[in-house]
Amino acid sequence: MSGDKNYITVNNSIRSWLFTTDHKRVAILYFASITLFFFIGGAAAALMRLELVSPAGHFFTSDEYNRLFTMHGVIMVWFFLIPSIPNTLGNFIVPLMIGARDLAFPRLNLTSWYLFMAGGATTLYALFKGGIDTGWTFYTPFSTMYSNSYVAIAVAGVFIVGFSSILTGLNFIVTIHRLRAPGLTWYRLPLFLWSLYATSAILVLATPVLAMTLLLIALDRVFGIGIFDPARGGDPLLFQHLFWFYSHPAVYIMILPGMGVVSELIACYSRKEVFGYSFVAWSAIAIACIGFFVWGHHMFVSGQSPFAGLVFSFMSFAVAVPSAIKVFNWTATMHKGWVHFDAPMLYALGFIGLFTFGGLSGLFLACLAYDVYVTDTYFVIAHFHYIMVGGMVTAYFGGLHYWWPKITGRMYPEYWARAAAILIFFGFNMTFLPQFILGVLGMPRRYHVYPPEFEIWHVLSSAGASILVVAYALPLFYLGWSIFFGERSSANPWQTTGLEWQTSSPPPPHNFAATPTVTRKPYDFNVNGEPRAQNA
Amino acid sequence: MGNWVPRGNPFWPNADSAYAGSVDLLFLALCAVAFLVFSLLLVLLLRFAIHYRAGNRDADRDARIRKSWMFESAWTAATFVGFVALFFWGATLYLDIYRPPAGADTIYVVGKQWMWKVQHLGGQREINELHIPVNEAVRLIMSSQDVIHSFFMPEFRIKHDVLPGTSEELWVKPVKTGIFHLFCAEYCGTDHSRMTGRIVVMQHEEFSDWLRRQDVDGTLAAQGAALFRQFGCSGCHTSGSRVRAPPLEGLYGRPVPLSGGTIEVADERYIRDSILQPRKQVVAGYEPLMPSFEGKLSEDELVRLLAYVKSLAANPEAPQ
Amino acid sequence: MPEPQPAAQFAHLPQQHEVAQLGIWTFLATEVLFFGALLLSYAVYRSADPAAFAEAARHTKIAIGTINTAILLTSSFLVAWAVAVVKTGGSRFAAFLLWSAAALGLSFIGLKGVEYAMEYGEHLLPGFGFRYDGPASQSVALFFSFYIVATVIHAIHVAVGIAVFAVIGRRAYQHAYSGSYHSPVIVFGLYWHFVDIVWIFLFALIYLPGRSG
Repeated sequence: MSGDKNYITVNNSIRSWLFTTDHKRVAILYFASITLFFFIGGAAAALMRLELVSPAGHFFTSDEYNRLFTMHGVIMVWFFLIPSIPNTLGNFIVPLMIGARDLAFPRLNLTSWYLFMAGGATTLYALFKGGIDTGWTFYTPFSTMYSNSYVAIAVAGVFIVGFSSILTGLNFIVTIHRLRAPGLTWYRLPLFLWSLYATSAILVLATPVLAMTLLLIALDRVFGIGIFDPARGGDPLLFQHLFWFYSHPAVYIMILPGMGVVSELIACYSRKEVFGYSFVAWSAIAIACIGFFVWGHHMFVSGQSPFAGLVFSFMSFAVAVPSAIKVFNWTATMHKGWVHFDAPMLYALGFIGLFTFGGLSGLFLACLAYDVYVTDTYFVIAHFHYIMVGGMVTAYFGGLHYWWPKITGRMYPEYWARAAAILIFFGFNMTFLPQFILGVLGMPRRYHVYPPEFEIWHVLSSAGASILVVAYALPLFYLGWSIFFGERSSANPWQTTGLEWQTSSPPPPHNFAATPTVTRKPYDFNVNGEPRAQNA
Repeated sequence: MGNWVPRGNPFWPNADSAYAGSVDLLFLALCAVAFLVFSLLLVLLLRFAIHYRAGNRDADRDARIRKSWMFESAWTAATFVGFVALFFWGATLYLDIYRPPAGADTIYVVGKQWMWKVQHLGGQREINELHIPVNEAVRLIMSSQDVIHSFFMPEFRIKHDVLPGTSEELWVKPVKTGIFHLFCAEYCGTDHSRMTGRIVVMQHEEFSDWLRRQDVDGTLAAQGAALFRQFGCSGCHTSGSRVRAPPLEGLYGRPVPLSGGTIEVADERYIRDSILQPRKQVVAGYEPLMPSFEGKLSEDELVRLLAYVKSLAANPEAPQ
Repeated sequence: MPEPQPAAQFAHLPQQHEVAQLGIWTFLATEVLFFGALLLSYAVYRSADPAAFAEAARHTKIAIGTINTAILLTSSFLVAWAVAVVKTGGSRFAAFLLWSAAALGLSFIGLKGVEYAMEYGEHLLPGFGFRYDGPASQSVALFFSFYIVATVIHAIHVAVGIAVFAVIGRRAYQHAYSGSYHSPVIVFGLYWHFVDIVWIFLFALIYLPGRSG
């Protein structure tokens, strides 16, 4: 043993960080990288909102605007949302939660970070060289034949980052299957792990389809093989099918980890076990499975067969059921509990509200006849931002605050954290509620200039965005401050269950002095809200 | 910036087509369901959060609910039943929205970066405008010359993607005269947001008047007949020609037996495919001799040829 | 020779072995979907114009394709044999078998190169001066686009396998594997069989259409 050294102090040379195979350090590397990407993608969004204040646009040309929303989409989807919870919190917490010394493949884990950085550098190179203007969806034949931007390079970047996703998913699946501590049966797993397991399955099975599809696009750009070009017998709808076969499940990659985090937070701050544990666990698996068969709901007006439309609509309603189950169970968990309103809980409550609102708006889009009207309008934009930003990003911040003492060994400042949580909630609603209204009024998405009657809602939305900018920058400052000046944290500051709280904060390099043995269910609080010991 | 529709209400969308009212009714039903679920959840959430806050030590926390499966099956079943009902409602309306009524007049639309070109059967042409009569159903046959576009008329609650290499269609029956939005809803490049226009809905007499006032060189079918000769189609597809090609008279709307043994109805898409990809669907009993016209015809010319071939259905005479 | 120790994150060697097995199966699941997207595209275009795909397939070099199939199947057999041998401690002989499999893989790639050269000469490779006269040219181009993408990606997989076998063959020669520790041989053996199975699919889809009856 290295005495009292934790995983940070054990060796602080640059080299030891860049060649680390410690899952906790890889998590930190990921955390630094995705934070950078979050602010790049956020800057693009802020510039778009600025431009949309006026119907005619003042600051950018249409080409520049188109490059902005493409950059925003590509970076936020592949370089922030997909890796956000799995690769930072997941990487850090999974081995701790199951009582293991590391992930199953530590070197593969580091490789995945390098792939992520290589993909990120490639994409940034394309974006700063002149950008791409296809939208993050890369629809053919526009992306292959008509766009005059750096499509092949950007697509190559996403292709590379896809393999980083696959390696992470593979690592989690194997780790959760094979490295659980003695006594930690499937039904004793914390729900965060069930969620990550379902997420990993999607990462492993859907990402390769995207990889192949993007490869075909890049080859088309470079060699002109014409697989999706109608002028040469190709079928652009085939591209859409392949793209959404990945990209709809990818939505669940983005939200399932958030649901996992919220399950942890609700249980911890209600001092009570999660209501209907097995239903919440299996609903994650159900979402992952059904989620593979709903992709066609992006194509109700695209010219696919109306009967395919019926099937996909039905499946889309079906996939909403397990999400509803989760929401009801989280609410019921608070019943007769001891509810504390620490900042992570505020984020969790915000998540439930925003996710439910976004999820219900999903019903409008699953409903065929109404989707015909609102698809490709701001309604869709508002809907998926409620899920991705209101849901996932809120859960990410919640989880970050919750495990912050474990990661850094310091407490975050509670007052500022609550203020940020509340500000994010209101800023978010002010930004995206007007976009629902714009959608219902028929305002199409990806419009640089727009009819003046929509102006009032755009102005409101941009005003909300300016609040959101401040709200998202706040944690950067107070969390950064807390690393150096925050109050030192004990091993288990929340007095909660879970193996990750049984080791010191920050944890030693190999996590546990001795492999723990688990004898109880997760979230095992007594009626007074006190945890019972996890290991015998 | 010239072609924005000068009216529009920033608080509620106008609903001005035959099915727009039904779509809005569905919207209200969806709103009602969403409101019910959301408010139920919010009330429970707030009630539990406040009543069972850790500071309230007096709250009754005994006799916690242990058996959860009754609750689970109850809310699973309730949401599922509600969702299935919404699914059926949305699905039946969807099928109606895209099923054109018999006897609707045809108008051809071609999308290209970044404009809409419209051709009426009488040969009238317009750009970024569509004139149609009120209370009459019209069918739009749409194709794209380059990338994917989407023909979106928000006041009529309808849109459909317009694809290159194939034809798509939608129908609409406006119920009010006036000027309405036309948007391109599928991102198509630089000036996507300027690929907009106006739908002008007129009284029947005014519309006929408008059609008469336009400069035309013959009906669309007559223009197509000229192309039919110019591209040499008439060399084979007329009754007296030396090469034996399938007759086109009375073709449109009929089932055609193909050499593979299948039968295909000769609709717009079939005729179009047969011109561009003649080898893919060969009529039973004929040799695959016809050359492809892919890349030789613009979308506009294709539309005129299509109109001509269709006109032969009503007119069983051989073309002169 | 010292007994091999498990890596730090494992409690014991059997656990490490299980992890390696599950890892490779999960990886192969990813690969199935990766090739699956390509095969789906092929199926869509082939069903749209089966006659043209048959016509195109008749331009492929079936003799080389058949020899290559035999080569890969044989190499797979050698790898399976190596796995059986290494379990009973025959590490040196296993090394020889793995190297032979790698050599067969190299000859597969060599023959593939000859095939590409011939097709390049006949202007059959889209992106590299494709030219084809006749009404079916469009679908023939799609067929050969699929052909070149699928076979190049497959050949990259073969090349990776060759490199891996060269390395673990050397480790086997140095007696790094024993009856209790040999999971790299099993894991990469599975990988090699998968590459082989992909080829069997590709063979049927590329060389056989239009050649029966």
